[in-house]
Amino acid sequence: MSTKEKKGWKEIPVAGVCWIPSTAYLTGDWKTYRPVWDSEKCTRCILCHLYCPDGAIAWKAETNEMVFNYDYCKGCGICANECPADAISMKLEGEG
Amino acid sequence: MVVIQQKGQKVIALNGDEAVAYAVKQCDVDVVAAYPITPQTIIVERFSEYVHDGEVDTEFVCTESEHSALTCCLTATAVGARTFTATASAGLALMHEILYVTSGCRAPVVMAVVNRALSAPINIHGDHSDSMAERDSGWIQIYAENSQEVYDSIIQAFRIAEHPEVLLPTLVGLDGFFLSHTLENVSVLTDDVVRNFVGQRRFPHVRNHEGKLVPFKLDPENPITIGPLDLYDYYFEHKRQQEEAMQRASEIIKKINEEYAEISGRQYGNGLVESYRLEDAELATVCIGSTAGTVKTVVDQLRAKGVKAGLLRIRVFRPLPVQHIIEALQNVKTVAVMDRSCSFGGHGGPVFHEIRHVLYDSNIHPHIVNYIYGLGGRDMSQRLVQKIYEDQAKILETGQTEQPVQFIGLRE
Repeated sequence: MSTKEKKGWKEIPVAGVCWIPSTAYLTGDWKTYRPVWDSEKCTRCILCHLYCPDGAIAWKAETNEMVFNYDYCKGCGICANECPADAISMKLEGEG
Repeated sequence: MVVIQQKGQKVIALNGDEAVAYAVKQCDVDVVAAYPITPQTIIVERFSEYVHDGEVDTEFVCTESEHSALTCCLTATAVGARTFTATASAGLALMHEILYVTSGCRAPVVMAVVNRALSAPINIHGDHSDSMAERDSGWIQIYAENSQEVYDSIIQAFRIAEHPEVLLPTLVGLDGFFLSHTLENVSVLTDDVVRNFVGQRRFPHVRNHEGKLVPFKLDPENPITIGPLDLYDYYFEHKRQQEEAMQRASEIIKKINEEYAEISGRQYGNGLVESYRLEDAELATVCIGSTAGTVKTVVDQLRAKGVKAGLLRIRVFRPLPVQHIIEALQNVKTVAVMDRSCSFGGHGGPVFHEIRHVLYDSNIHPHIVNYIYGLGGRDMSQRLVQKIYEDQAKILETGQTEQPVQFIGLRE
């Protein structure tokens, strides 16, 4: 998990009771491929937002942009697969 | 066992199963979920009568299997209920998965295990194969010698399991048929005395995901998550906590044994082990459960003849009372450990493994041998117990242990 400081057995609650919310668990570092969004091709249908199993894609009204939250995006590629306008491509992490 | 009749108690005839049901009736239990299996059936039959007759305010759940019965108790316990279930043999084996979930969730479920052999061949009679197979499941294990102790131990079990420093599921083992179906005089406390002794469930506080200290139970007002996913980053730490709780339980069991003596006049050794005529004994036997009654009779007969015989009964097998075993056996010259179950291919039975292992760390090294006996309900007669002491006398005389592991009461 992304919380770097790990606690000892005397410090944590019993029975696996969560002492931090699940949002503190950054699952973004699981991904191998990241979704890259093309504003030109995108029709703002927000199907990607609806399909994302992690709620990691949002439409930002002020700028009329789709915003990807890479802290939680696991890189599953569902958004790219579902996009009817072919506006999302999956790029290998570390590449452009 | 020291029997002093305290005021307000009455003596009634109960078999071991009925003694369990009677004790549970008095402990203000919220949920009982169970599935019938011989020789445990009488427990839930009697208890369902109490429910039907309005003698208890308990939700009685008839489940489709033991796996579900324990799951039901576990989840009810998680929302704050006091719960009880009972099973035996294959029923306990079917619970195997949930036994670990229950202890891992630190759910203080109390269960009576009416010890019975495991199939195949199918056998409904008493031996310890079922609960010995679950010794590592994180449950406290208490074994009773007679129906009186069964009654007393069930009452104590709720206090032990629910103690905020313990929070571990607890089973009380009683030998199938030898105890479960044998009528005995049992001295029972009044409902008020038991209710006061057991008290309400207490909840330690835990820190939740918002950093708030909240009671350790599922409550929409103070939401927490119990027993979620735990990978290699924290699983090990949670298992270490279970071991710590087991270690803490030893002292708490002793204290509860003393407190119980104050209300009942009865106590069982120090709560963990019971020494019988061991002070100056040379030949000692170690056993668990109802066989101790037979061994005590034989010890008395041998003592009358001048033989320095004694018995150590292990009442609590988990947590193992390491120091008390060493202290109790420090002056003996030979030890015969009796096992009513078999660890196939394991060089002796589970009790033998523990006792011999514990003594290795001490500076006492008596001759120590193992007798596997009574599988599938085979009778352990006084004559056979005498044979064990005769063998020990021979070992003492010759200084030789010919066969460390033997079967007794078996036809060749």
